[in-house]
Amino acid sequence: MAFLLELTLYLLPTSRFARLARKVGADMIEFQNVTKRFPDGSFAVKDFSLVVPSRKVTVFVGSSGAGKTTLLRMINRMVNPTSGKVLIDGEDVAELDPVALRRKIGYVLQATGLLPHRRIIDNVSSVPRLNGVPKKKAREDALTLLDTVGLDRSLADRYPDQLSGGQQQRVGVARALASDPNIMLMDEPFGAVDPIVRLELQEEINRLQRELHKTMVFVTHNIDEAFAIADQVVILKSGGEIAQVGTPEEILSKPVDDFVSTFIGADKGKRTLHLKQGEDGVTVIVDDEGRPAGILGDAE
Amino acid sequence: MQNEEFWMSWLFENFDLVASLTLNHAALSFTPIFLGFVIALVLGWTANRWLLFRSWIIAGGSILYTIPSLPLFVILPYLLGTRITDERNIIVALTIYALAILIRTVADAFAAVPTDAIEASRAIGYSSWNRFWHVEFPLAGPVLLAGLRVVSASTIALVSVGAIIGSANLGYLFTNGKQRDFLDMILIGIGASFLIALVFDIVLVLLGRVLMPWNKRTSLITNGRRILSTKGA
Repeated sequence: MAFLLELTLYLLPTSRFARLARKVGADMIEFQNVTKRFPDGSFAVKDFSLVVPSRKVTVFVGSSGAGKTTLLRMINRMVNPTSGKVLIDGEDVAELDPVALRRKIGYVLQATGLLPHRRIIDNVSSVPRLNGVPKKKAREDALTLLDTVGLDRSLADRYPDQLSGGQQQRVGVARALASDPNIMLMDEPFGAVDPIVRLELQEEINRLQRELHKTMVFVTHNIDEAFAIADQVVILKSGGEIAQVGTPEEILSKPVDDFVSTFIGADKGKRTLHLKQGEDGVTVIVDDEGRPAGILGDAE
Repeated sequence: MQNEEFWMSWLFENFDLVASLTLNHAALSFTPIFLGFVIALVLGWTANRWLLFRSWIIAGGSILYTIPSLPLFVILPYLLGTRITDERNIIVALTIYALAILIRTVADAFAAVPTDAIEASRAIGYSSWNRFWHVEFPLAGPVLLAGLRVVSASTIALVSVGAIIGSANLGYLFTNGKQRDFLDMILIGIGASFLIALVFDIVLVLLGRVLMPWNKRTSLITNGRRILSTKGA
């Protein structure tokens, strides 16, 4: 149903349906022939077009210099394209006030970007306070948000540097959720935390998304992270050139070219798994190079 | 011993004079510190925001500091159209020196604000005005405070030069003590001047504690010893 609505919106951007969809907050993001050229003449992004479906997780994945962060930052006008348009529900963001636009869009950064001089609770309630929500109400909401992202309320009065990296990232997510935005932008949010915490945070994002259904754009250079959380994966070459767009299943089963195969590790057989009978009747799963990848469990 | 009793009795007899000179000295010091800080805040922030202006503003500040204080006190009445004994001359002169010291510190203070915090606040929707008051100014606070403490001490010392143009401050004890070859009077002036500097510094540090609870670097007492310093700044 949602898909039909989006399709209508996409085909008939000025139609009655589009206006209706806008009212219910479909929050579809569309890049139309977007180019970002640096003053030195090189391209960060060249003629990029893509529809980011609403209420789904879209992950931009690629190496450094692929333009993924630039694309993300065009959505909330932290970067303005040299040419082309970025539309949210058919509306050109270039025509919106950047400050108002940014307050309506959640943003999570790798460096957390928490304000070091503010307590956790005040960091989380930053945007509602800017929007004029009374302090008491904003703080109460912030405590609820700490629950939502799985943080203990006792952390509320601490300063950011008194928290672990993983906890700080959860605060970053809570802050992004504080104004109840429909769109969430995540710029390599888990790049600086250790692998175990990273897995926890990915699981947390999946759980939050099942509850909250945001239109989420997530940037990472880690393909496993992309597969773990994405509804739609966008693999980028340099200059924002799209190598392949699809669900994780589609990309794993049908990589379109060698670039994608190499990128996802299919060329080295990392993605082709075999069963091997281990000791004690356990079935071990190994990749093409014989490295164990896991054990075979019972299907539910 | 004889001498010690003598200066104590002199201070006791002239307590009203010393007290009023001290109060006037403190009042005369406060205005230039405050004005210098406010003006330096605007100029230093501008220097940091627009790199084009940075070298000009900072060079300007350094040049101000090379103006010798004695001729400045003498020339200012002509420039301002004030009487030579007018205390506004002293306030303007000392504001210029406060500015000279503070401009660079303020520019450095804003330059030292973590770019992560500024970028993030921009990304979540702080306008430039909000960003200045809620992010840049408080995060520049510890360095600004360190600069203010230096300016506070130097201004309090400089106010006494105003005595040569007839200002009634602790400098009077220096000029008069020199004329009468009365060392005790000079020492009492120095002691009172030090007392003002100490009080100002304590007030600044306490203000810093109240306004910047997240910052634990500014302290009066370190390792159990009473010293006046800002660690690491």
